[in-house]
Amino acid sequence: MSEHSEQSGHVGHVVPVSTYVIVFILLMMGTALTTGVAYIDLGRWNTVVALAIAVTKTMLVVLFFMHVKYAAGLTRVVILAGFFWLGIMITLSCSDELTRTWEIIPQGWNMIIPFVSRLF
Amino acid sequence: MSELAAHGAHPPGFAHQFETVAQQREAGQLGMWVFLVTEILFFGGMFTSYTIYRALHYESFVTGSHLLEVRFGATNTYVLICSSLTMALAIRCAQTGKRKGQIIFWLILTMIFGALFLGLKLRFEWYRDYVDGIVPGVSWAYTGAHAPGVKMFMCFYFFMTGLHALHMVVGLGILTTLVIMTARNRFSPEYYAPLEISGLYWHFVDIVWIFLFALLYLIGGRYPGS
Repeated sequence: MSEHSEQSGHVGHVVPVSTYVIVFILLMMGTALTTGVAYIDLGRWNTVVALAIAVTKTMLVVLFFMHVKYAAGLTRVVILAGFFWLGIMITLSCSDELTRTWEIIPQGWNMIIPFVSRLF
Repeated sequence: MSELAAHGAHPPGFAHQFETVAQQREAGQLGMWVFLVTEILFFGGMFTSYTIYRALHYESFVTGSHLLEVRFGATNTYVLICSSLTMALAIRCAQTGKRKGQIIFWLILTMIFGALFLGLKLRFEWYRDYVDGIVPGVSWAYTGAHAPGVKMFMCFYFFMTGLHALHMVVGLGILTTLVIMTARNRFSPEYYAPLEISGLYWHFVDIVWIFLFALLYLIGGRYPGS
């Protein structure tokens, strides 16, 4: 990547304006889609769809606007580690909080269903 | 020019401890991302507690969510996405060595969108919430269903959107600095690190709003009977 950028006379990858505009249009469409879907009764899937669209939009911003698609490997590892730590925080906090009312001897993993179902 | 001569053949902005300009650029990006990771975990703490309290008080949180108006949240999302595009274009102008007037144009457009976001937030959301009496501790007149839980939801709402807005204000300060630096010819295609690093910050604040919009306004649905 660095050799390439030195040859072209610039520092860093120059993203074409068309890419930025396409990403911009996709983000606008994603916002319209997520807003529209909220008014349709999908039951629990409303939450899943809203979060899935938010994650997709985040990926677009991170990869193209924040140039991570063209970034060094070390930078990518640090970013992935950051989201991994976020996952640890959310997962462990929820697994504590949502299992506090369990009986002393859990009857099996299906006991988590009533708690998980309250997330959506 | 005299500064450049004093540094030998080094391009402006190139620090001596780096082997190449590319290495300096990667180090700068990496450092900024380490900071942004701390920001992810900072906001992540609030997202985690929001998730848990939502699970514990589901009905209250849905009732509270319906007190917010989707059209303002959605409008602000569009505004922030526009500001992200203009920020990316400002950096691109610096990368490709465009005239400084162009860089300043995109930066100021970014600031206008950022200020528009804050203006809409203040005037049509927070001010109305104050008038409607759904601001816990300041103006609380809500007497509907699930009052204690709704109060907790509104606390989450004001802390999360408040801290996000604080980041926006900091971002506007950074953008002001960038405009001044650009006007003083501090950037070139070889050196535009402050622009790029600040861009990362601005886009990150955009991402936080994308999640706040989904979590506070949308999830659980807005259809009749939800």
